[in-house]
Amino acid sequence: MTATTSLAERAWAALATVNDPELDQPITDLGFVLAATVHTAAAGTGVDVRLRLPTYFCAPNFAYLMVADAYDALVALPEFDWAEVRLTDHFAAEEINAGVAARDGFAGTFEGQAVGELDELRHTFRRKAHLACLERTCRKLLDDGWRIDALAHTTLGQVPASAERDSLVRRRRELGIPASAETPLFVDDSGAAIPEEQVEQRLRFAKTVRVSIDGNTGWCRGLLRTRYGDGPVPQDDAGTREDVATRKDAQAREEPGKQEAS
Amino acid sequence: MYTKDGENYFIVDSHVHLWDGSPENQANRYGKGFIECFYDYHRNLSPEEWVWPLEKFEKYGEATLMKDLFEDGYVDKAIFQPTYLTDFFTNGFNTTEQDGFLAERHPDKFIVNGAWDPRDGEAGLAALERLAQRWNLRGVKLYTAEWKGSSKGWKLTDDWSYRYLEKCQELGIRNIHVHKGPTIYPLNRDAFDVADVDDVATAFPELNFIIEHVGLPRLEDFCWIATQEPNVYGGLAVAMPFIHSRPRYFAQVLMELLYWLDENRITFASDYAIWHPKWLIEKFVDFQVPEDMQGEYGTLTPDVKRKILGVNAAKLYDIEVPREAAVPDEVTDSTEAVGSAPAVPA
Repeated sequence: MTATTSLAERAWAALATVNDPELDQPITDLGFVLAATVHTAAAGTGVDVRLRLPTYFCAPNFAYLMVADAYDALVALPEFDWAEVRLTDHFAAEEINAGVAARDGFAGTFEGQAVGELDELRHTFRRKAHLACLERTCRKLLDDGWRIDALAHTTLGQVPASAERDSLVRRRRELGIPASAETPLFVDDSGAAIPEEQVEQRLRFAKTVRVSIDGNTGWCRGLLRTRYGDGPVPQDDAGTREDVATRKDAQAREEPGKQEAS
Repeated sequence: MYTKDGENYFIVDSHVHLWDGSPENQANRYGKGFIECFYDYHRNLSPEEWVWPLEKFEKYGEATLMKDLFEDGYVDKAIFQPTYLTDFFTNGFNTTEQDGFLAERHPDKFIVNGAWDPRDGEAGLAALERLAQRWNLRGVKLYTAEWKGSSKGWKLTDDWSYRYLEKCQELGIRNIHVHKGPTIYPLNRDAFDVADVDDVATAFPELNFIIEHVGLPRLEDFCWIATQEPNVYGGLAVAMPFIHSRPRYFAQVLMELLYWLDENRITFASDYAIWHPKWLIEKFVDFQVPEDMQGEYGTLTPDVKRKILGVNAAKLYDIEVPREAAVPDEVTDSTEAVGSAPAVPA
């Protein structure tokens, strides 16, 4: 980030750290962030964000996690005195938005309908994400000529640098699995090394996990496109053009040559 | 019956609906949201020329259904899977009775399945008995995400669910179609989790559990359970239409299923009227695993397609398959890559 980075861009960058727990991809990349609008006033600077999902009936627990994580990512920024995150077009939007704003927790938000928070759910999907990333990393090695029986004896440090390796390391850290160079590559959810004779079977299941997650991601992206189209992103009345980071701006920043004249 | 390149295919569409999602029947914003969600599924995965206007999709009626399934769609037998949703739609979205009255007007075309909800307690058990008697039920469709007052769903392992499964066994209702959705009680749990199927499939070995949408979006969990439980089946509703927009993904899902289960436990379904069986069947019969994936997954034979399109469901429901579309029993290998037979319970 440079000194000239706008507040809206900072907000956007914070939102890019929030993943859809089920699809294991950033909500900004998935098109779930409709707009992040910065409000500057004497009383303080704030940001309000609008989120949208592929269907009206997307699971309320995952929706809640994304709204709450987005809120936490924004309030952690010292630039902002306040943050508001609003989910739109969803059956439980009202409850979720109010619950996150009031920091009620999930059980408090859905009183009588939930018996706990979402830590276990999140953990389950982090385990799946780890398995899928492990499969992608191993598949790349196998494609490059590695032998499957070598995987059990390979350390993370021996895996050549790649995007797959980076994302595997990130998932291991999220799960609390050691990820230093001398630790074994092929480990279970607790970080224990998998014996050579079990690698093939586990890799086979990991592939099914990866196919499942990739498939769901494609389905959700498709439904979001069907629901909202690829048309222009509506502007929030409250912000000026410069103050609003939208999906289009984000894409333009990544591909400066393709920026449209405005 | 569908015939292509000298091969005959007997078609059982294992999951069809006659619904009323029209504004007149919508009880609240949830009903509107529900049918619009279905409509997005329909628009997103259908070839352009098969997309209906929303008004038609909301309520298409008997004549359209009969023409689409049996005149145009090659279907020999269709299985009605009711979806009540009485909290969302005033007269229900699609009830056993609505299906049943239509089926009676067209003998031999349909199988009418019922439904139950463990939250209906003792009264529901008696109602199930009456329903089974009236419609000669051999199957039920359960929707675990159904809302009922403040409850947003239930699990197959709930105490009352066991009572209903016992009742099914007693009434000769052998086929339990399980449909997961986005909500459950308690809401902090993963509503799509199919782990409860594992428990009831073990507890009721004489019942068949057909998991609709092959467990999607939890394909891996479904495969893991189905490989260990020989009475667990996968219904291809929702997976089928990917054959058009994402054929490589479709190939992956189907071949993963064939790897973990076997070709005898996968059944074709259109989920009509979300998708039209005609294009699904035509594309499926023409379908082959993409060449660069064949080394890993093997190929699909006409016999495997015959089993999936009709023979497997025919076995579940004792439907007679014409000789010209039958599959000899000795054919069991679906692909070169089949890796695991179902584990036999100890």
